[in-house]
Amino acid sequence: MSGAASDAPAGHKDYEGSKLGMWLFLFTEILLFGGLFILYSAYWARYTADFHRGGQMLNLGIGVANTVVLLTSSMTVAISVSAMQQGNRRLSIWCLAATVLLGLVFLGNKAIEWSAEIGEGLYPNSPELLARPHGEQLFFGLYYSMTGLHGLHVIAGIAVLSFMLNSIRRNTITRTDYGRLENAGLYWHLVDVIWIFLLPLFYLSA
Amino acid sequence: MTTRSYLEAGDRRGIPAWILSTDHKRIGVLYLAAMMFLFLVAVTIGVLMRVEQLTIAPPLFPPQIYNAFFTVHGVIMIFMFVLPGLPAVFGNFLLPIMVGARDVAFPRLNLLSWYFFITGAVLAVVSLFTGSAPPDTGWTFYAPYSIRTGGNVSLAVFAAFVLGLSSILTGLNFITTIHRLRTPSMTWHRMPLFVWAIYGTAWIQVLATPIIGITLLLVILERVFGIGVFDPAKGGDPLLYQHLFWIYSHPAVYIMILPAMGAITEIIPTFAHRTIFGYKAIAYSSIAIAALGSLVWGHHMFTSGMSTAANVVFSLLTFLVAVPSAIKVFNWTSTLYKGSIEVRPPMLYALTFIFLFTIGGLTGLMQGAVNVNQHVHDTYFIVGHFHYVMLGGTGMGFFAALLYWFPKMFGKMYNEKAAALAWFPIFVGFNMLYFSMLVLGYMGMPRRYYTHLPQYHTGHVIASIGSFVLAFGLVILLGDLLVALFRGKKAPQNPWNGVSLEWQIPTPPPLENFEEIPTVGRPYVFNQEAAR
Amino acid sequence: MEHAEPHAHIVPYGTFVRVWLLLLFLTAALVVTAKAYHEAMSVYAMLVITPLKAGLVFFYFMHLKYEKPFLKSMVLMTLALLVLFIGFLFLDLSYR
Repeated sequence: MSGAASDAPAGHKDYEGSKLGMWLFLFTEILLFGGLFILYSAYWARYTADFHRGGQMLNLGIGVANTVVLLTSSMTVAISVSAMQQGNRRLSIWCLAATVLLGLVFLGNKAIEWSAEIGEGLYPNSPELLARPHGEQLFFGLYYSMTGLHGLHVIAGIAVLSFMLNSIRRNTITRTDYGRLENAGLYWHLVDVIWIFLLPLFYLSA
Repeated sequence: MTTRSYLEAGDRRGIPAWILSTDHKRIGVLYLAAMMFLFLVAVTIGVLMRVEQLTIAPPLFPPQIYNAFFTVHGVIMIFMFVLPGLPAVFGNFLLPIMVGARDVAFPRLNLLSWYFFITGAVLAVVSLFTGSAPPDTGWTFYAPYSIRTGGNVSLAVFAAFVLGLSSILTGLNFITTIHRLRTPSMTWHRMPLFVWAIYGTAWIQVLATPIIGITLLLVILERVFGIGVFDPAKGGDPLLYQHLFWIYSHPAVYIMILPAMGAITEIIPTFAHRTIFGYKAIAYSSIAIAALGSLVWGHHMFTSGMSTAANVVFSLLTFLVAVPSAIKVFNWTSTLYKGSIEVRPPMLYALTFIFLFTIGGLTGLMQGAVNVNQHVHDTYFIVGHFHYVMLGGTGMGFFAALLYWFPKMFGKMYNEKAAALAWFPIFVGFNMLYFSMLVLGYMGMPRRYYTHLPQYHTGHVIASIGSFVLAFGLVILLGDLLVALFRGKKAPQNPWNGVSLEWQIPTPPPLENFEEIPTVGRPYVFNQEAAR
Repeated sequence: MEHAEPHAHIVPYGTFVRVWLLLLFLTAALVVTAKAYHEAMSVYAMLVITPLKAGLVFFYFMHLKYEKPFLKSMVLMTLALLVLFIGFLFLDLSYR
């Protein structure tokens, strides 16, 4: 079916088309973070020992906890979509709400973690960090850039998912029209995938 | 029943009718208007640069101003004219029509793309006049200078980031449109070749642009927070900046040239009254250029301190990527052979494209040889080369496309004699300006210098005079079109007897493009008996 | 083009729960390997386990397993592009 005409009211929605659009957007996110991964790979190769020490200064417990939080939130949003497809509105809402909550827990953990590290003087351009070896400075530069950019995406994801929650409540997302929810879920899953890579790169830096 | 054209349809009137419209045709025109203004600003700066090189003792502008000039000239031309030019204007206007659709896949996202474009353009211009000094790094923003200099780099770089967003969303929209909205009878191999070109371009827009996005963000993070990734004082490697920058900026040149090649591929068969030679070769070579072109970025870094191994591999791939481009040139030439050629303004500029792009491409091959590159890197040879491909190539392609589709877009005919007349100063001025640069560069004249040694002066004088002649020609050409916009004669539905879908609908097109979604057969079928 | 029919395939909840458990297990394995073994071993473990985890999220949570071959190949192409970028970069970095 051809797409909606410009100033006319919205015609048929193209479910596959909007899904394709969302995947294309995810490709751009993969490449956006990809640039940072490229930088990480270069500096890890050059400063492997420093990166190892840097990794040991991070809080592995929070890192793993956050991983569990995001993996679980990925599951809950996936169930939410599936529930909507099966007409189980209540389960869909509960799981979506759980996803948002888990996202907030992630951010809370991050805030605690960062405050501790900044409190110890481990932030870009701090006197403590400037006194440390180059590799450790770069490790932390990349740590804040990558987890920071990731955190921004978590915030955006929470906003989008909350918006979807509202749409379900207002019945603009339904059993036969759930494309937006699914697409929001896809975005959230990518946020999860990026964290899956960030965990070993920083917390388990070998 | 007469339906109103897209220029008059809709409930809104005046400015809101345009800047709130999600109609792909209006958005294309909005881009055109903005771009023509920005293009003229950048041309003016370019001319001022040429005046500076004439007035070397004493120079007309202080050196820092010259640095700001070449930075802004580059930023505007590349990010606001050459990159978005054909896709945003002609891709937007024509893509849905050419595939038999009523609009792109995401019309509101399309309007958002335009808003990002305008925002980025405004921010770039603002960066000139705010902060302690205008940016002076060149459009390439190389570290470590870009992270140390006092100029307003962060704002300029952020402007480029926003423009990148515009490009990404456009590419995303076009890919989805081509996959989902083609009329059912239009199989992939029945699509016009302009659509194939836009398709290849769109993939580069989507996949490559985010890399420059993150790179530019990192420059800002460096300047503001000192994260260290490009800063030698903290163990950072400035060469990594170059790698990341060119990983996008090389494929970017294919964003610049592929749509222009696509437009040429539409124009040539129409004015040769022959079907295109080698449809599949042209279609697939567009994809090949996009693919191979993403692996040659190191040829911008042959003198930077990169390893020999990298030099060799990048050089080899650079030579390889010339092959699909050359394939296209062979195909266009073969299309002309035994054609019934009619040289009207679009064809004139299209043929000029082939000639100038070939020179640009050949000089590119020269530069792709590592040994030659040692001598010509950062000289006027490079400047000459990229103007041959970007202005002689994309620029000419843009003008050819404008001359070809102007009647369709606006329903008015321009003065063809004036367009043809403008060609002479454009062609002569262009070659005076840029061929001199090739010679100057080979003789050793460095780029981005506000002045030059006496032995280069003659070349500079020729180049500067050439720039005035070129600018004069451009004013005639664009003036002709501007006048036609308001006082041109009404254009016939199909002034050039084109055979693709855009020529089968009214001129200018109605809001929804088609009354009924059309059925298509093989593309580029001309009635050759009637033409002879 | 197809009418706006929602995708017919629905993934049962149990699949998601099982994938989640597998992901948790792999995460544990990852952390244990990284901490317990010497350098080279941990790197290999990470290079194997991490993409596996990502793959599970792509294939099951993101429904990629049930999508058209075109989409699968585009995801692969995007990731391959990134790998190529890193590879070509190391042509420079390793030999300087």
